[in-house]
Amino acid sequence: MIVADRKPLKELLEMVEDCDKVLILGCKGCVTVCNVGGSKEVGILALTLKIARKKEGRLLEVSEKTLERQCDPEYVDEVKDIVDGYDAVISMACGVGPQFLSERYPEKRILPAVDTTFFGGAVQHGIWEERCAGCGACGIHHFGGLCPIARCAKSLLNGPCGGSADGKCEISKDVDCIWDMIVTKKMKEGRLDELLMLRPPKVWTTARDGGPRKSVREELVQ
Amino acid sequence: MTDLKSGSNLEKVLKAGHFAFTGECGPPKGSNVEHLKKKAAPLKGVVDAVNVTDNQTAVVRMSSWAASTILLQEGVEPNFQMVCRDRNRLAMQSDILGVYAMGIRNMLCLSGDHQRFGNHPEAKNVYDLDSMQLISMVKKMRDEGQFLNGEEIDVPPKLFIGAASNPFADPFEFRVHRLAKKINAGADFIQTQCIYNMDKFREFMKMAVDMGLHEKCYILAGVTPMKSVGMAQYMAKMVPGMDVPESLVKRLRGAGKGKVAEEGIKFSLEQIEEFKEMEGLAGIHLMAIEWEHRVPEIAERAGVLPRPKV
Repeated sequence: MIVADRKPLKELLEMVEDCDKVLILGCKGCVTVCNVGGSKEVGILALTLKIARKKEGRLLEVSEKTLERQCDPEYVDEVKDIVDGYDAVISMACGVGPQFLSERYPEKRILPAVDTTFFGGAVQHGIWEERCAGCGACGIHHFGGLCPIARCAKSLLNGPCGGSADGKCEISKDVDCIWDMIVTKKMKEGRLDELLMLRPPKVWTTARDGGPRKSVREELVQ
Repeated sequence: MTDLKSGSNLEKVLKAGHFAFTGECGPPKGSNVEHLKKKAAPLKGVVDAVNVTDNQTAVVRMSSWAASTILLQEGVEPNFQMVCRDRNRLAMQSDILGVYAMGIRNMLCLSGDHQRFGNHPEAKNVYDLDSMQLISMVKKMRDEGQFLNGEEIDVPPKLFIGAASNPFADPFEFRVHRLAKKINAGADFIQTQCIYNMDKFREFMKMAVDMGLHEKCYILAGVTPMKSVGMAQYMAKMVPGMDVPESLVKRLRGAGKGKVAEEGIKFSLEQIEEFKEMEGLAGIHLMAIEWEHRVPEIAERAGVLPRPKV
């Protein structure tokens, strides 16, 4: 899923400084699963903003709504009759949501309430980790099913570098060295020879480096 | 001399079978040419080539290629270092052509320390290629006269290709394989990480020799004299991939006030004596960090002077 973190309250308050009436829009997709932008978090943010503004002596009127998904025009459409009544719409979806809203409602101020961080999953309750960099050409089968593009701090395809120590990355003792995991796995499998061949330079055209990407499935296009 | 790959002094020294002795010089944090010249001067004639670091520890300094050309003008042969952190394949190839055009003949290919350690941790890193792919690319440019994309190069860069090896990083059992991989990718010579854990290094070299790696490539052992107990502790804790045994820290501490630096040099000299006899080693790479002026004395006491004229 797409993982995100909520922005600090201070930043959000600055965004709505000149607003009197806002709509907070949650999303039932990834951000609900990672507990950052579902209906529960919409409610918490609404209350938090109202209290903070009350302290400042300027009331903020806040409405709440959570869409099925914000990355789908069909659902984004659902608020067409109400957005005009607000000074701004605060989206709690990943970075896709506020952009779909901005494109659908070009006259409206759309504000992001979360910082979208990565494609990942929960490794334990309350802790999410990155797993995929969305490079557009998956090659994890060469690396024991583990991705060095997303998980090596240097995206090395021929690792590990000289900074790997005790299974940890040189950048932090809190970060696993993915290359240590890849090598250990291949050694256990008796397939170390697969790592001894030079992996050629990555073709980055399918990644973000090739420009904004688009996926077209002819059979679905009407 | 047509069988030489680059014709660099370092290559000639190694090919002639001499025990090589290379040094290191970090470019200044600024455009202070005089400072650079002053640091490089003691190395002239004392080492076979001088590594010129490339924004080492991810701290911005005068560019490695520019500092290398200044060393060249001073009569000191540079070993131009390039890291994968700061350049994509376009910039890399263009700088490789540039340094060759300026007369540089040695190049060391490195991944580079992550920018988190440096003075611009906010930077975006590149890592378009990794060090293995960089080695392979320089070899292709030199031997096939082609860019990475296969296009022909008008006057290919004839560089003596170096790479680094850290026997002390993990997983230990893989390190010698990684060394082999770098040699297969095209490394002509290897300079190791600073060695302090001699037991582990002996074990590493034995594996390298058993695999015959020393016959395919020149391996230079990395030596950095400890200047103080603080430096030893800093290296042990803060420098990625460094293995400083507690026994060495103890030995330095035991030297007593004012005598630690001398004890550090003594340790390095003992290492060098052993390295001279160690099977598979072709030389020493002395990284006297911000201690370039002490190199002549260390070289003298290590018995590696005068340097061969080849």
